Amino acid sequence: MSILLVLIILGILTTLIMESMPSIKSLGIGYLWGKVWDPVQNIYGAYPFLIGTLLTSFIALIISIPFSYAIAIYLGEYNPKGWLSDLLKNTIELIAAVPSIIYGFWGLFILVPLVRTLEMKLNILPFGVGVFTASIVLAVMIIPYGASLGITLIRMVPSPLKEGAYALGATRFEVIRNVIMPYTRTGLFAGVLLSLGRALGETMAVTMLIGNTTALASKFKDIIFGPGNTMASVIANEFAEADHTLYVSALIELGLVLFFVTVIINLLGKRIITRFTNN
Amino acid sequence: MIFKGIIIFFAFVITLPLIVILLYIIKQGITQVNWHFLTNVPAPPGEKGGGISNALMGSFIMVLMASVVAVPVGILAGIYLSENPRTKLAYYSGLCVDILQGVPSIVVGIVVYMWIVKPFGGFSAIAGSIALAIMMLPIIIRSTEQTLKLLPDSLKEAALSLGVPYHRVILKVIIPCGFAGILSGITLSIARIIGETAPLLFTALGNNFFSMKITGQMESLPHVIFTYATSPYDDWHDLAWGASFILLMFVLTLNIVTKLLTRKWKIQL
Amino acid sequence: MENTIVKAENYNSYFGDNHVVKDVNISINKNEVIAVMGPSGCGKTTFLRGINRMHELIPGATSKGKILLDGENVYDMNAIYVRAKIGMVFQRPNPFPNLSIYENVVAGYLLNGIKVSKAEKDVIVEKSLTSAALWKEVKDSLHKKGTFLSGGQQQRLCIARAIAMQPELILFDEPTSALDPISTSSVEALFHELKANYTLIIVTHNMQQAARVSDRTAFFYMGELVEFDDTKQMFTNPSDQRTQNYITGRFS
Repeated sequence: MSILLVLIILGILTTLIMESMPSIKSLGIGYLWGKVWDPVQNIYGAYPFLIGTLLTSFIALIISIPFSYAIAIYLGEYNPKGWLSDLLKNTIELIAAVPSIIYGFWGLFILVPLVRTLEMKLNILPFGVGVFTASIVLAVMIIPYGASLGITLIRMVPSPLKEGAYALGATRFEVIRNVIMPYTRTGLFAGVLLSLGRALGETMAVTMLIGNTTALASKFKDIIFGPGNTMASVIANEFAEADHTLYVSALIELGLVLFFVTVIINLLGKRIITRFTNN
Repeated sequence: MIFKGIIIFFAFVITLPLIVILLYIIKQGITQVNWHFLTNVPAPPGEKGGGISNALMGSFIMVLMASVVAVPVGILAGIYLSENPRTKLAYYSGLCVDILQGVPSIVVGIVVYMWIVKPFGGFSAIAGSIALAIMMLPIIIRSTEQTLKLLPDSLKEAALSLGVPYHRVILKVIIPCGFAGILSGITLSIARIIGETAPLLFTALGNNFFSMKITGQMESLPHVIFTYATSPYDDWHDLAWGASFILLMFVLTLNIVTKLLTRKWKIQL
Repeated sequence: MENTIVKAENYNSYFGDNHVVKDVNISINKNEVIAVMGPSGCGKTTFLRGINRMHELIPGATSKGKILLDGENVYDMNAIYVRAKIGMVFQRPNPFPNLSIYENVVAGYLLNGIKVSKAEKDVIVEKSLTSAALWKEVKDSLHKKGTFLSGGQQQRLCIARAIAMQPELILFDEPTSALDPISTSSVEALFHELKANYTLIIVTHNMQQAARVSDRTAFFYMGELVEFDDTKQMFTNPSDQRTQNYITGRFS
């Protein structure tokens, strides 16, 4: 049965590679930094989507980190037991459980008008949708991953270490900053990686909120606040309409890139964690 | 003290978006849900009424089919991994499970498209179920493996010393004892895939009509939300809210069930 | 010779390359209570588990030589059959948590799919629990799960479970080391009663227990069977210096 598993993974990999072949052959490595995506003229450059993916994921990550850490510290150190912490824990798990389509839907109807108002105040073109909006929702979605991992890690800090610091007269804050943080640093980094992996692969919520253009704006401000695309969302939007082989193949190649990036990041994160928990 | 205050602020402020989302969906959605809603197909835009019966049936059928495939395979693989942790095959399959867990759902979708939709010439519920099954596998495998690893060896020994052959030890002692944990993995994986849209985009697609034909296109809850939410018609937006409410209720219920089941077992899923 | 039930001939056990039981020759008679004692790591448990072929279930575990049960080499027989024919009770009581007390006793039949009528099962359950001195205590709760039983009661349930299979030989692997003193003495009293119908081999790291319950005692040291003699004789006048050292507490 497990052989089946291995076969499935190998199958996925082979299919992706095989089907990307035409695209790889004709477009070569320039695909990765080509800036134009024009199916009509058969020009495919993945660069705008790479940027879109990286931007949304990293912005989401940055936004989410303080929240994840705060939750982890609160539940791991300050208040590990009790009804309040159970409530918080359950809420966090609930956030992770909500399907992404619902986040997308809600974002579309509630967040987008808000962002529009914000943009009007800032004198930016009020698209409402865009990288910024998508990143916000993405941030909310990935907070639970970093948080739950953080909780486990912080709880694993050996008591003797902390007690030693307290005995020397350290305050809670100092213990957290100088004992817990360094100890869990690698693990928390792994948590960041896993959250990143999740963010990179997220499709539906992003597709609904990102605006879906294939051109890359020139001004940074426009990139963030204007519509864009991620690798995942472009596949979602265009795959059904891709009518010629090169088009399909280009999209699949995107899938291949996405596959590799997410898999590598996830595996890296998991390895760090297993090494950490086995120590 | 300030630090603690900051921490508490950040930790709890994040519950706001969730509460807002939940309340909003409940408010918007619950008004939509009535018997009519649950038993009718969508009306064309502009017409009042309409419902999501096709989506409900579609989701039900596809989740069922996906489970039928994924549950036995997953449990068997999980048993193998927990019983033989040190073999090479265990290492590589464990690796593959980890990889599979990280693969974005859209990638699974396009791969299954290539495997099934293209060769067989059309979108189908079968294809959708397979995509969903692939996504269920890692969760089921991991939870089975971890549940069984938690069982004490003495249980196996007692059965073996009575002259029970190995396969019966697994079937009649190990699995029944680990039943709650294994079941929780199943409910969790269902909760996960019931809301997945991306894998269905290119496999089952959608269907405006009520259909139980698994070789044809089939609608599903998340897909109907996607289609109607991104449409320009207000009527359809209403449908989407209602569907979101139903979906949310399903997911929440399944998660609570999973919670109750794992209360006995401290499994990290 | 007719009276011999178990005989080991040049029996050796290995964990990988580790030679843990060295060239054991021993002959045990029917209805005897044999104690097997020795310091930690001396191979006594490994030897015991070789008798009912549980040893080979551990990855990398092998053995050489013969163990004859009623004249036949267990290593030439079907391993599962051997395990069903020889009963085993473990250090930690391990009743099946998903089965009731009643089902636990007949677990050997249930799990193997052996068809036994309800009437026969009732008889087996009552007989086994009585022989294990547990019947009176549980006869009104037969269909409850055994989780409310004390450690000693659970262990006696495991003994009943082993007895239900009607073995001639029952192996005990440190059966009382996880029990409190009261439960320990109730189990020890049981040995005395079981002797009438069964042969018992009891591994123990408690010398005094060996002296209390057994007819003959085997002393293992560093994988070798150093001495095997009448219990009273061994404890008052051992022939080997190593036995003497062990008994006087030089090492444990």
